[in-house]
Amino acid sequence: MITELGHFALILAFMIAIVQSVVPLIGAAKRWTGWMVFAEPAAISQFLLTAFSFGALVWAFTTSDFSLRIVVENSHSAKPMIYKISGTWGNHEGSMLLWVLIVTLFGAMAALFGGGLPPTLKARVLAVQSAVAVAFFAFILFTSNPFDRLAVAPFDGRDLNPLLQDPGLAFHPPFLYLGYVGLSMSFSFAVAALIEGRVDAAWGRWVRPWTLAAWVFLTIGIALGSWWAYYELGWGGFWFWDPVENASFMPWLLAAALLHSAIVVEKREALKSWTILLAIIAFGFSLIGTFIVRSGLLTSVHAFATDPERGVFILMILVFFTGGALTLFAARAQTMEAKGVFGVVSRESALVVNNVLLAVSCFVVFVGTMWPMVAEMMFDRTLSVGPPFFNFAFTPFMVLLGLVLPIGALLPWKRGKLGKTAWSLRYAFLLALVVALLVWAMQTGRSALGPVGLFLGVWITCGAIIDLWSRTGRKGSLRRLFRLPGADWGKAIAHTGLGVTIFAIAGLTAWEVEDIRVAQPGAPFEVGQFTLTLEDVRRVQGPNYFSTMADISVETNGRSLGMLHPEKRDYPVARMPTTEAAIDYRIWRDLYVVIGDQQADGGWVVRTYIKPFANWIWAGCILMALGGVFSLCDRRFRVAAGARKTPASGVPAE
Amino acid sequence: MKRLILILLLWVAPAYAVQPDEVLDDPVLEQRARDLSAELRCLVCRNESIDESNADLARDLRLLVRERLVAGDSDEEAMAFIVDRYGEYVLLRPQISGANLMLWLAGPFMLLAAAGMGWAFVRNRSRAQAVEADDTLSDEEKERLRKILDG
Repeated sequence: MITELGHFALILAFMIAIVQSVVPLIGAAKRWTGWMVFAEPAAISQFLLTAFSFGALVWAFTTSDFSLRIVVENSHSAKPMIYKISGTWGNHEGSMLLWVLIVTLFGAMAALFGGGLPPTLKARVLAVQSAVAVAFFAFILFTSNPFDRLAVAPFDGRDLNPLLQDPGLAFHPPFLYLGYVGLSMSFSFAVAALIEGRVDAAWGRWVRPWTLAAWVFLTIGIALGSWWAYYELGWGGFWFWDPVENASFMPWLLAAALLHSAIVVEKREALKSWTILLAIIAFGFSLIGTFIVRSGLLTSVHAFATDPERGVFILMILVFFTGGALTLFAARAQTMEAKGVFGVVSRESALVVNNVLLAVSCFVVFVGTMWPMVAEMMFDRTLSVGPPFFNFAFTPFMVLLGLVLPIGALLPWKRGKLGKTAWSLRYAFLLALVVALLVWAMQTGRSALGPVGLFLGVWITCGAIIDLWSRTGRKGSLRRLFRLPGADWGKAIAHTGLGVTIFAIAGLTAWEVEDIRVAQPGAPFEVGQFTLTLEDVRRVQGPNYFSTMADISVETNGRSLGMLHPEKRDYPVARMPTTEAAIDYRIWRDLYVVIGDQQADGGWVVRTYIKPFANWIWAGCILMALGGVFSLCDRRFRVAAGARKTPASGVPAE
Repeated sequence: MKRLILILLLWVAPAYAVQPDEVLDDPVLEQRARDLSAELRCLVCRNESIDESNADLARDLRLLVRERLVAGDSDEEAMAFIVDRYGEYVLLRPQISGANLMLWLAGPFMLLAAAGMGWAFVRNRSRAQAVEADDTLSDEEKERLRKILDG
């Protein structure tokens, strides 16, 4: 019954979305207030209905209603409750419902908190957002209905893929979708502004919080996914340049570019048409990501529900929205002329450099991701593009970005002096150089990556601190430091986070220690500064799996670090083995132990990795996200939201 | 879903990748073998190098790489030998030749183009005269103002 109600609510929401994507547009064009205001209750009720529908699906999963097809395929009555809930979005249909739920959530948020927007702009934003929702409602209802019933319900389900039964991965998709879909809001603002024919500083200020929020969610989502890969996949890799990873990374890069260029629009009324274009492309890349994951066009480890028919549907959505928006852009772009004047050496120019580097690096990732397909179709060559290519082609952009960042962040608006800004960064530069040289001298003969990454990390981090300190005035005072606006803190924290992440990735790649051996029970062995002993290997039974669990004691310099328990699990229902690495997390390094198969002589294969700075990768991501949150809390966004209440009639329609 | 499980089954449990019995005694040779392995794709997996994969075919390929290195091949010779046998699909770093030049040059070319456009924009902005702030009233607004003033 609840399932049917959920299905019905979804169809109702679809109907409302259709009306909402038309009526407010007409209202805005004709200046009919009633038609424009219609968007607000429509957006909110659309969200409530979709939320109810999603709740009904969660209900079906938690109560293990095996008359539903997707519950049978992705759940099992013995599964822990949290994974019953996360199973809702651990499959194609449910994840699409989550996707559209978030589209409507953002629409409702814009309706509720967009009080300061001019009525026509608000109506248009909500209409465009609703048009996006229409496309995905149709996709769900016509090609992947989560409320499909089975004629004969089986007694139990087939269980969720055990790899997905993990706390890190339970929350990875919702965050990622909040990010992907958050970009739909920037897209709606961009298209609405194009229809409106007006982009000004206020527009930049409205669009930035949405982009920032999307970027924060994307950062958290990507970090969760890579952290999961690190501890779950069994050899501590954290990034594989897989098409699906790239699909989330490209919108992240573009969102980062967009939130920087929106600052220029907000502060200086320049880069307007580029910002609009970026907003359109960023959402386009979100759609491309969905397409890559669900069409099966590219071979990926993550690809799920690969179905050509669904792929074609998403491709049509992609073509319609990005194509339509780009056409509109071509027709209207020239009306948006830049106003701000600035020198060649200025913050504005630095942000242009930022955008060039981020956009081109995204382009490189895109070309690399699509190349196998292009080469096969056009040149009849089957080839692979893997991590060696991406590491080689992508890293230089990040190095350049890291080098320019502290200087650009400190340059004044309008006109600056390169020498003066560089001089104020002299200590950061010297410190970074000394650290890098020291490391380089100590580690003779190893990769240059360590010193370079270390240099960039220290350089960016110290640069961010100097930047923050310089905001407190000529003398600088602690009291003023804590009264700086949230945006200043956000900037410094996020940049520090980037520095930390770059530093950690370089350190981990350069100084990782790996040891593979057959360990005999009771016989200690040395890896780096650690002495490990395989004490015992036991069989253990979990709620829905069997486990082979090893007890490995760890000592360093005669001091015990306790026991580690790496496991091999076997999930009988899903018929699938997983490895659970045992990790001793420390600030300076992780000790990462994996147990393999038993050998003929009674020994066990044991892999041991010492991973320096591993935690810092995610600490950096958390800092970046935190910086975004600080910036979002800036008073300016709230005050400015109501600052410009121009009458609707003051804005020319054409 | 079945297919997904199958895919993940092929892909999962890379903990069984390089086995202790494969490791060469000579650490220099072993390191070279590892470096080459990271550049070679496991043919039955999805986007995995043979260094990470647990598939039997990956193991065969790892052993083949080591065999060639022990036989005295240089890195290039060993790679060429494997590409001859398995085709260029096996390379995770595409060859820099023919159509692949487009792939390799796309980044640098785009960077030049984007930098050029960025430079043109910045130059244009630095030379432009400060445009007067757009605070003049539109015709519509003038009309409204007139109405208000006239009562």
